[in-house]
Amino acid sequence: MATVDDPRTIEFDVRTDEMLVNMGPQHPSTHGVLRLVLRTDGEVVSEITPHIGYLHRCAEKIGENLTPRQWIPYTDRMDYLAAMNMNLGWALTVEKLLKYGPPEKGRHLRVIISELGRIASHLVGMGAYGLDLGTFSPFLYAFREREKILDLFEEACGARLTYSYLTVGGATADLPPGWLQKCEAFLDELEPIVDEYHALLTTNAIFIKRTAGIGVMPQEMAIDFGTSGPVLRGSGVDHDLRRDGEETYTAMYDGYAFEVIVQKNGHYPKDHDYPAVPTEAVLGDCWHRFYVRMLELVQSIDLVRQAIDRYSRSEGSYGEPMKLNQKLPKGEVYLETEAPRGQMGFYIVSNGEAIPWRVRARSSSFCNLSVAPELCRSCLIADVPAIVGSLDIVMGEIDR
Amino acid sequence: MSGPSFVDQLKQKFGGLITGANLENIDPWIEVAPEGIVEVCTYLRDEPSLAFDYCNSVTAVDYLHIDEKKAAKSEWQPHLEVVYHLFSMQHKHSLVLKVIVPRWSGEPGVLPEVPSVAGVWSTADWHERECFDLIGVHFTGHPNLRRILCPEDWVGHPLRKDYEMPLEYHGIRGR
Repeated sequence: MATVDDPRTIEFDVRTDEMLVNMGPQHPSTHGVLRLVLRTDGEVVSEITPHIGYLHRCAEKIGENLTPRQWIPYTDRMDYLAAMNMNLGWALTVEKLLKYGPPEKGRHLRVIISELGRIASHLVGMGAYGLDLGTFSPFLYAFREREKILDLFEEACGARLTYSYLTVGGATADLPPGWLQKCEAFLDELEPIVDEYHALLTTNAIFIKRTAGIGVMPQEMAIDFGTSGPVLRGSGVDHDLRRDGEETYTAMYDGYAFEVIVQKNGHYPKDHDYPAVPTEAVLGDCWHRFYVRMLELVQSIDLVRQAIDRYSRSEGSYGEPMKLNQKLPKGEVYLETEAPRGQMGFYIVSNGEAIPWRVRARSSSFCNLSVAPELCRSCLIADVPAIVGSLDIVMGEIDR
Repeated sequence: MSGPSFVDQLKQKFGGLITGANLENIDPWIEVAPEGIVEVCTYLRDEPSLAFDYCNSVTAVDYLHIDEKKAAKSEWQPHLEVVYHLFSMQHKHSLVLKVIVPRWSGEPGVLPEVPSVAGVWSTADWHERECFDLIGVHFTGHPNLRRILCPEDWVGHPLRKDYEMPLEYHGIRGR
């Protein structure tokens, strides 16, 4: 018998026809232009098929016609909510090929900027997830704080969305005088506000009902589908490239104290007072993915503080950007970095000229979205936005 | 990151299916014959001492000089390389595999065939679709080899070096 509590229990004498429903490409809860075709049987979704490519610009082809520094603005437009981290990923890949990196001061500058980028990105992730689940206020709260990060970025490089700030060999400019004080003041302001977010969403009874136990992704599935970032760690896989990545990348975080945010033996790292995990939540569900993002936000605040301290103590230059048309050595390199949404990888094949022979961007959201059909099997229609939203995808990065 | 040690192990196990390796490159790679790729990948995933359970990316590179002068001086003949980037969550090591195939299988226009590894890692499913879409490699045995980024009625494979943008697409001017 069908019960009001669980519509999945279908009464046998009620026959419903299967129906194909288009969600998107301009649906507010698909995070951009994503089209999902749902095969539904009443309220139950039997299958979803994502259709992507609405933002495809073939950035890889463009990269075959530009020098590495000229391609940096194109990386901005991939994950446009964390453009700084995209710049960094590309810059490090080229540096890996050239076998050189920024000096000490440039390294700490990069940590400040990329962790601020992570905070801004996770704020949008949190706010937009609230929107997906039908609550508008967290979005406004998130954008209030994100605005201040954008102001800081604007002061550092002049742009508010597509920065092209971090570049091969360091950054395009040093931080302006007085910037560090403003940044510290912002962090002091943000830290207590995180509790408000927890009150609004993390511990909210309705939010827990909508996310806990929904879209559960086991560890093996998360690894098999190549998911990364908070989506992977939300399933309890202890993997963060800031710690486990290649030397080229981890050298940036050398000497920094941080713990990978993942549930181990039933516990999250306890360096701050976080709300407790609700009893309904299962490891790998939407709630855990969201929670990992929230804890990373706090961790990034701490990392920026550490970086500010080191940056202000280091002497010398912030880095010498590579010459615009410098010839690249022959060879091919692949490097992944931990962007807010997961592992962003870049692959360069060079035949010894200033313009690479082949450029490839491995997008984290692309892999994270590919698991959605698996997670949405036989869920309710109302859970589809909850599951897709918890993956926190950005279409600019998927379609490239 | 210890590519060299894997080569001997793989050569011993698979012999002729391992067609070459480049250990001087920053990321060393191992070349596998197309017919052996599924077997090698399954072994790489299931052998406990290797445990490559995570596939980062599957992509391909087109080697063709459009410029005839450059083609005459080139060290290689035109070909396609399918590149697999693998990682092990357990051992935290990585590996690059390559499969080298001709640009066209037989006459021009017939896509070269490489067996699909979508059954080994689910990541490869979408990555192979992208690779088919943009570079034109036919992955045999793929469960759903459709275009993924370009529209389904798109003609050609944009990342081929000799690709030409269509003059118009459904009334939209191309170039």
